[in-house]
Amino acid sequence: MACNGTGCKSNCYKDEEAGVAEVASCTQSAERTKSGAAEANPISDTLCIKCKVNEAISGYGGIDDGRFCADCFRNNLFGKFRFSVTSNAMITPTDKVLVAFSGGPSSRVALQFVHDMQHRALKNFDASRDRSLPVFGVGVVFIDESSVSPIPSNELEKAVKDISSIVASLAPPTKELHVVPIEAVYSSESSDRRDKLIKLVNAVSDSTGKEDILLYLRMLALQKVASEFGYNRLVLGSCISRIARHVISATVKGQGYSLPADVQYVDARWDIPVVLPLRDCFAQEINMLCRLDGLKTLALSTSPHSGINSLVSSFVQLLQEENPSRESTIVRTAGKLIPFHFNRIPEIVDGKVPLATQRRQKRYSLKSNESVSSESFCYLCNSPLDKSETVDLSNLENCRSSDIFGASCCSSCRFQILPRDTTSLEQFYTLLPHFLVARSKQVNNRNLSLLREQIQDCLLSDSEDET
Amino acid sequence: MDETGAKPKRSGARLCCTCNQRRAALKRPKTLEQICRECFYDVFEEEIHQVIVTNQLFKPGERVALGASGGKDSTVLAYVLSKLNKKHNYGLDLFLLSVDEGITGYRDDSLETVKRNEIQYGLPLKIISYKDLYGWTMDEIVKVIGLKNNCTFCGVFRRQALDRGAAFLKVDKLVTGHNADDIAETVLLNILRGDIARLSRCTSITTGEDGPIPRCKPFKYTYEKEIVMYAYFKRLDYFSTECIYSPNAYRGFAREFIKDLERIRPRAILDIIKSGENFRISTTTKMPEQGTCERCGYISSQKWCKACVLLEGLNRGLPKLGIGKGRISVNDSEDRNGSDRGKSIASKQCGTLDF
Repeated sequence: MACNGTGCKSNCYKDEEAGVAEVASCTQSAERTKSGAAEANPISDTLCIKCKVNEAISGYGGIDDGRFCADCFRNNLFGKFRFSVTSNAMITPTDKVLVAFSGGPSSRVALQFVHDMQHRALKNFDASRDRSLPVFGVGVVFIDESSVSPIPSNELEKAVKDISSIVASLAPPTKELHVVPIEAVYSSESSDRRDKLIKLVNAVSDSTGKEDILLYLRMLALQKVASEFGYNRLVLGSCISRIARHVISATVKGQGYSLPADVQYVDARWDIPVVLPLRDCFAQEINMLCRLDGLKTLALSTSPHSGINSLVSSFVQLLQEENPSRESTIVRTAGKLIPFHFNRIPEIVDGKVPLATQRRQKRYSLKSNESVSSESFCYLCNSPLDKSETVDLSNLENCRSSDIFGASCCSSCRFQILPRDTTSLEQFYTLLPHFLVARSKQVNNRNLSLLREQIQDCLLSDSEDET
Repeated sequence: MDETGAKPKRSGARLCCTCNQRRAALKRPKTLEQICRECFYDVFEEEIHQVIVTNQLFKPGERVALGASGGKDSTVLAYVLSKLNKKHNYGLDLFLLSVDEGITGYRDDSLETVKRNEIQYGLPLKIISYKDLYGWTMDEIVKVIGLKNNCTFCGVFRRQALDRGAAFLKVDKLVTGHNADDIAETVLLNILRGDIARLSRCTSITTGEDGPIPRCKPFKYTYEKEIVMYAYFKRLDYFSTECIYSPNAYRGFAREFIKDLERIRPRAILDIIKSGENFRISTTTKMPEQGTCERCGYISSQKWCKACVLLEGLNRGLPKLGIGKGRISVNDSEDRNGSDRGKSIASKQCGTLDF
């Protein structure tokens, strides 16, 4: 993952992965003809602007398209990853990180880069005399959504097999693979969890809402795996292109207030902080790397997207084609919105963290006075709530727990996910994973202890809310 | 699926779901409720009244100019505002204010519409022309600079022309017919362009309160489709031809996207505006300092206002002056029509987006 290729004289980091570089330079010419046909980009005949030795390649989109040779392109991409990791203190030597792997290109590259980093850390560890810096641990999780997506079982079997071999190939150090069905969001005791999940998803009539609740449930499943197996970071492969789509769709869904929470490098509102190290990489760059390095990805057949999300997706794609930096402009705009206090790794004060890391963290992390603290979150999607959206629960005295739940969700969830009438809402509530219900109670307990007394009579008894 | 909201289907003649008496005549674009014409008029007017009241747009006794182009938005605005003024005793002195850009075959025709409106609604009309104000008509400008960048000139000139006309009429406020679709589009465009300063103010219902004449948008939450519907059913007299110098101006990506969104989820337009209002934008974000133009005295963040820069270019035979990131640095380097691309992301190229 460094330009060790033929005669790159730049001052970039070198390691011994010359093999990779060689393979890349072979594929380079093939790539060029392929992309040249599509783009007829005159720059592709010019030299790489960085090493000024190899010929530049093109077809990876973004602002840098056609400027780098394969080696420097790879380095540049890895550099973006490493910069976001180090400058946001995403991964420190004592961490145990869980990479969410869907099989798609973005999470594949995230996995590859995390592995490269770990591999390098291991080499340094072996070489160092005092062995003071431990090597961070890496695990991989794949969420099996076959219960709610029309994936043929043989396809899924093959996918799991492929994923296992991908993960096995990324050693040393060995990485544990967790293949977990999405219905794991329910407690393992409940035998009908698959049915429950299907019922829950089917209770959402809006097609966009259906997609979105799956997204929230997936995050719950990831969190559950991470905390069960003692991970302390969750790595997602979200790239610029994906975040840009989220910016627009969140805007369209009226989630402007909570949007800045979702587009930062770090999102520590969850028990296990979520990090987005590919936040500065374009989808096309990621696809290019997969092609160059022959990284195996798999595309599971999923239900075709419909509704708002797909509309936004094709809109952003159109804009990106019209202007190759559009996606990054969108993300930059959203990045200028004030983030929340949880959009950073909680500062570690103990002496274990190397001083350099601490300094970096201080330098790049958000100024705390700029960030906004928010006390309440949507019970369903966990987005921070604007003051105008938070409900005074004291007005809901003698209400059913499902009504309290409904009133404590953000307006977007209320509109596109929650059933309108009380009876359906009550049923929907009983289908929710215990985790969500518990979270709502937990928030209640933490922040509304004063109100609790007033609504004591309608608070859930333990038997009522067990799923 | 249920994106569009469920509504009870009745067999036979459907009754208006508001009054339950008359036959439903239309599906309300904003809510998809089936209602009769009378109830549509009522709810349409009442919503605008509520926006005016809750946002305290006017004070009794104020003189208010309506930016009137003769198009559907401003015609409906003139009609509704004069109606509400009488009905709810706002106590406003209303005026029609039109800008004559000097575009033969477009503005001359639309101004005839405004002149009829003057009589129909009994509102005094003031027409302020580019020729009088700047010495140039748009026809003459286009002859010099061609069809590229002409919308930049027109937009900059119109903004100032409206302010000058309002000052002439000695009004306290200027209202424009920007509707919810326009504002939603502006929110999206500002995100797409990374213009955080404009993003923070584009959803304000009143702008320019620090300037000489505040502007407000009573149609902020009114759907374009409902405005068209209102004009159609009321048989209002309006002019609906596109400007001859910006053909296809309504084919912008952003506008098409909003129309697509509206089709599957009408609420999306309001949600975009809501997002725009709730965006948390740092107060430390640099805002341009307000000063006055050394030449004409108009508000400007630079030495000369944009109109004077453009005008200087025209008069000196250097029409490129002030276009884009040119030789003279101007605060507003955003020029809507300045790109070479055939298709624009914005729908209205003619500068009505950022009042």
